[in-house]
Amino acid sequence: MARFGRALERRLPAIVVSPLFAASLFFVYGFIVWTAYISLTRSGVMPNYEFDGLSQYVRLWETPRWYVAIRNLFVFSGLFISISMAIGILLAILLDQKVRIEGVIRTIYLYPMALSFIVTGTVWKWMLNPGLGLERLMHQAGFENFSFDWLVNSHYAIYTVVIAAVWQSSGYAMALFLAGLRSVDDEVLKAAAIDGAGLWRTYTGIVLPMLRPVFLSTIIILAHLAIKSFDLVIALTGGGPGYATDMPATFMYSFAFQRSELGVAAASATMMLMTVIAIIVPYLYSELRKTSG
Amino acid sequence: MHICKAMMAAVSVAGALSASAARADGTVEVLHWWTSGGEAKAVGELKKAFEAEGGEWIDSPIAGGGGDAAMTALRARVVAGNPPTAVQLKGPGIQEWAEQGALNDVQSVADEGNWDSVLPPALAEIMKYQGKYVAAPVNIHRVDWMWANPEALKKAGVEEMPTTWDEFNAAADKLQAAGIVPLAHGGQPWQDATLFEDVVLGIGGADFFRKALVELDPEALTSDMMVKSFDQLRKLRGYVDPNFSGRDWNLATAMVMRGEAGFQIMGDWAKGEFLAAGKVPEQDFLCWPTPGKGFVLNSDSFTLFKVEGEDRIEGQKVLARLIMSPEFQKVFNLAKGSIPARTDVPLDDFDACAKRSHADLLAAIENDTLVPSMAHEMAVPRSVRGEFLDLVTAFFNSDMSSEDAVKQLAAAIKRAQEN
Repeated sequence: MARFGRALERRLPAIVVSPLFAASLFFVYGFIVWTAYISLTRSGVMPNYEFDGLSQYVRLWETPRWYVAIRNLFVFSGLFISISMAIGILLAILLDQKVRIEGVIRTIYLYPMALSFIVTGTVWKWMLNPGLGLERLMHQAGFENFSFDWLVNSHYAIYTVVIAAVWQSSGYAMALFLAGLRSVDDEVLKAAAIDGAGLWRTYTGIVLPMLRPVFLSTIIILAHLAIKSFDLVIALTGGGPGYATDMPATFMYSFAFQRSELGVAAASATMMLMTVIAIIVPYLYSELRKTSG
Repeated sequence: MHICKAMMAAVSVAGALSASAARADGTVEVLHWWTSGGEAKAVGELKKAFEAEGGEWIDSPIAGGGGDAAMTALRARVVAGNPPTAVQLKGPGIQEWAEQGALNDVQSVADEGNWDSVLPPALAEIMKYQGKYVAAPVNIHRVDWMWANPEALKKAGVEEMPTTWDEFNAAADKLQAAGIVPLAHGGQPWQDATLFEDVVLGIGGADFFRKALVELDPEALTSDMMVKSFDQLRKLRGYVDPNFSGRDWNLATAMVMRGEAGFQIMGDWAKGEFLAAGKVPEQDFLCWPTPGKGFVLNSDSFTLFKVEGEDRIEGQKVLARLIMSPEFQKVFNLAKGSIPARTDVPLDDFDACAKRSHADLLAAIENDTLVPSMAHEMAVPRSVRGEFLDLVTAFFNSDMSSEDAVKQLAAAIKRAQEN
């Protein structure tokens, strides 16, 4: 009996975890495989399991709207990641100067992260709307020539998405960098001060290079937010004007659920998956090599 | 891939359970997304009528995304082999499902009720698959309406309602000079496409409309007439206010109501907004067909899915009969603001705009100028409609030339048809 008890105890974790493991294997990876297969068929309104080669990918890459989505993804992720990080680092360094009521300031900067992207998108939609928000306010204040119509201009609308996303996420980047800064040994800073290095030199030459792992994880976190960005776009611009702010995720949604084009939608989903893999796999590879070596 | 089917079945098992209660008087489960105000009331009328016949009505309203959520639910239900009795589904979507073998026909009911003689032929065609009725229409919405504020027009010196696009442009110029927004419009793809199809009707006429937007004839799509249509659409772009992007249609209607804008081009659901605000047709607002002397048809219908069991098939037939009964068509459309799909229902209780719509409908049937709406999923499959919407909205929101638009449109339509 005791032996049975011991055996059970040893296996208990595996027994408890296995249903969850099976479920995620099935519902996550199973459906990834399913989607990948659907992208190789002629599925329209209903899934069709007859193999049809790469025709959906050909159609996808012939669609001008897909190119808009891809270009937006690059513009958005590039700007979003770099601006969020720049603001995050700056705020973190400023906060790290032993300021008073640091806790309060930190909370204020971090608060936007507590909002959902839907709320952020809706609020910024009102603020950036030329007839309701900033532009109207400036006109009322007497600046008749002030014009800020990015939200309704198909060339600039994507940058309004960047503005809202940066507002939401730079506080989070700040928190990550602040944690990194706090882990830097005071001795290092003192040594730098003794050697006569100024503030600028201390940070660019010593502290920031030491934060390399923080940079990496911040980029990964922000990059995956950028790739799967859907709710912010839907709330802020609805993909418009026209489809000027379409992203791969909104593209996929509209083809799958509004147009009965399951095949093309699956192909675009597979392309998104490949993009994520291209970013995540090298990261995991470098991380795992570090821990095992 | 059987596993996947089993899995989808499991996902929709909850839906199956709720539909398992059966009675001898006939049971129907109706999937729809009429959940707001007048629409919900209109569905309530159908429910009342059905229950008065002794049947059991299981309501499955799925709100959200203009029916996208309901379509997703429908897909899962059909894959699981447990479809609802009737689904709010229209246009070529009916054919798509019929091709999957998912529909029941109610030809016996249609023969009895003589549907062929009371429905407009163009509409009857859409309701049938291989010559048999698989869906029943509840209403007719007219898409080519122009709503106007008479006071705003007076202020700008516009005396006559325009009957050609040139006249419209002249009127719009006057409004603009008077500091009134000529055209209230919401920059959403379907609204852009609504403008577009009304323009095509006015520029090219009903036959051209049919060739280009229904039959998708490549020659018509690349013709000069299409280039001219895009030119006119470009003109209309100049008549909207700078803040139109993303605006909902009812907000645009409110602009006309308040006199901030002169015209709105929108289907007759806009009338509901005017009436709800206590405005009187022909006094506080005008309804006038857009140029072209045609009738762009939009119609909601219930499509009858392949249910099993005598009880449910019986219920389905009762439902189909009720939907097409003149009494129901009248109460439903009074609640929803459209006109009956049956052309023989007297319209005494309806307002002036509805009466005009009905008269124009009969004239359009007579002259063969009744065309199904492309923007409202009556003419072409959703995949093709999506390409139209993309292109039209891209054109409307950029400085693309009409020639380029026509070329890109033809290529996009071809691509959509490849699947």
